[in-house]
Amino acid sequence: MAQKVVDALKAKFGDAIVATASAYGDEVVTVKRDKLTAIATFLRDDPAMAFDVPVFVTAIDLLDWRPIGARGAPDPAARPAYDPGEHNDGLRFEVCFQLRSLAHRHRLRLKVQLKETDAKLPSLTPLWAGFNWQERETFDMYGIRFDGHPDLRRIYLYDEFVGYPLRKDYPKDKRQPLVRRPDLVGDH
Amino acid sequence: MADLKTLVLGRKEVAELDDEHELPHELMTVNMGPSHPAMHGTVRIVLTVDGERIVKGDVQPGYLHRCFEKEAEHATYTQIFPYTDRLNYVSPMINNCGYAMAVEKLLGITAQIPRRAEFIRVIVSEVSRITDHLTCVGASAMELGAFTPFLYFLKAREWLYTLLEEVSGARLTHSYVRVGGVGKDLPAGWLAKLEVRLTELEAVMVEVEQMLNLNKIFRDRMAGVGAISRADALAWGQTGPIGRAAGIDYDVRKDHPYSVYGEFEFDVPLGTTGDCLDRYLVRIEEIKQSMRILRQAAAAIPDGPIMIDDGRVALPPKAAAYNTIEAMIRHFKHVVDGIKVPAGEAYTFVEGGNGELGFFIVGDGTGRPYKCYVRSPSFVHLSTAEKIFHNHLIADIVPIFGMINMIGGECDK
Repeated sequence: MAQKVVDALKAKFGDAIVATASAYGDEVVTVKRDKLTAIATFLRDDPAMAFDVPVFVTAIDLLDWRPIGARGAPDPAARPAYDPGEHNDGLRFEVCFQLRSLAHRHRLRLKVQLKETDAKLPSLTPLWAGFNWQERETFDMYGIRFDGHPDLRRIYLYDEFVGYPLRKDYPKDKRQPLVRRPDLVGDH
Repeated sequence: MADLKTLVLGRKEVAELDDEHELPHELMTVNMGPSHPAMHGTVRIVLTVDGERIVKGDVQPGYLHRCFEKEAEHATYTQIFPYTDRLNYVSPMINNCGYAMAVEKLLGITAQIPRRAEFIRVIVSEVSRITDHLTCVGASAMELGAFTPFLYFLKAREWLYTLLEEVSGARLTHSYVRVGGVGKDLPAGWLAKLEVRLTELEAVMVEVEQMLNLNKIFRDRMAGVGAISRADALAWGQTGPIGRAAGIDYDVRKDHPYSVYGEFEFDVPLGTTGDCLDRYLVRIEEIKQSMRILRQAAAAIPDGPIMIDDGRVALPPKAAAYNTIEAMIRHFKHVVDGIKVPAGEAYTFVEGGNGELGFFIVGDGTGRPYKCYVRSPSFVHLSTAEKIFHNHLIADIVPIFGMINMIGGECDK
């Protein structure tokens, strides 16, 4: 459905497109981090693209990614398992921006891959105001920083919370007491 | 300089008064919620006010955060249904359906769901949508002082809850839908009972509309309050009744028809001003449109199975599980290991009570999702609250917040 969007992106931003995929009716385009803002601006402002609606932002932590195929063996068709420093350059996080166009009825998922040691990317809130809280949520849950976000604070959790609960290395049953630290508020 | 007497008697226009008599004012910070009746106990707003006027409102959700996603990553695909009930607990059936559709999409069995199951899903979803809107409108009216509509609507909502209880066995947390179909068939005579209740609901709607639509207090509190322009609503990702009140012609049931929604005739109401009154009117009209869909679905529902005939997805029949070793092993593997969903990722969205409700699921070939993100409309809508509150009075927070219809479980995940 949105194949022509993918083609247009490839034509215009050739080497900034890391990968494209199409599965289950979703078009996915993985882009380089330093071209994210330019590509997103093009997607929003070009009349043939007209992605005017922000749908969601989230991240995928690939730390435990070991896809399994039909007989319990590793799945050759899926993306390879996470391997710090080796095959995929230690790219641990994938940030997903889902966009939709009301006029053209097409949808697109923009992805940016990030290293664990350098987990930050430009914020898209200046382009789509609706991403404001969603980026805060992604920051809160995964510790990914959005540069240029107007108000990057934790949103569900309290400022004193240590760690990022949706990272795969955060134990599900971990508990931590809330000790008030006024010096932390709004600053990480 | 105006003397005090003139001021008290109000003989002079405000513009004529000189500044020396202006009351001293400075910005004040007021805490609203989470323990505040209009905040549903789950949201805190730190207001910076200039008198009664809101300069800034920092909305802080999270008091009901249970980390749905982390729980989901550790549960089998079937075990997640009870968690989805607790997202939007006013219309759990829609959450059930949306989640089931997401898993079915990854399994590639969307086209093989039995038609009767699809019809049942549409019927229970629309009943849920009505309960959602009844709660929203009733509670908002009550918060503005109109207690009678609240009681009338909750009475009607209880009829519908009773119907859903007959179907699923639970009044609120239904967990009724399954991957591949629904849990059990409709009880005998249920559709006739539904028709009776719909007729009664129509009478209640007339009563409540007569009480509210031309009520001066209600209109004064709603009309022109909390308006948001179409362009802003788009940029903020507004969907559902709020987006449609602002004039965005988008309803997932119409624009990306799923299940059997394409076979029904219904209209999508649109507002023009995007204020609270429009949101109210859109919701009232949607209740009527849902009733239209329900009547068409009840007339057209086919007979047949309610669960897909696929050993990978469906539990074996109880008789087989107790009497044959193969079925027993399958039952055991299904419950302990879960449904095996192939590696991949998909975003599936349905029209929830509040707007686009989406599930973004990443499967890794095991029986548990690698990631299960929910795009909750309440969270997106609440994020605009701060923008909407700006320059309104403190008293306006109540209708604005009521019409945003923030559902704590869904917003805080």
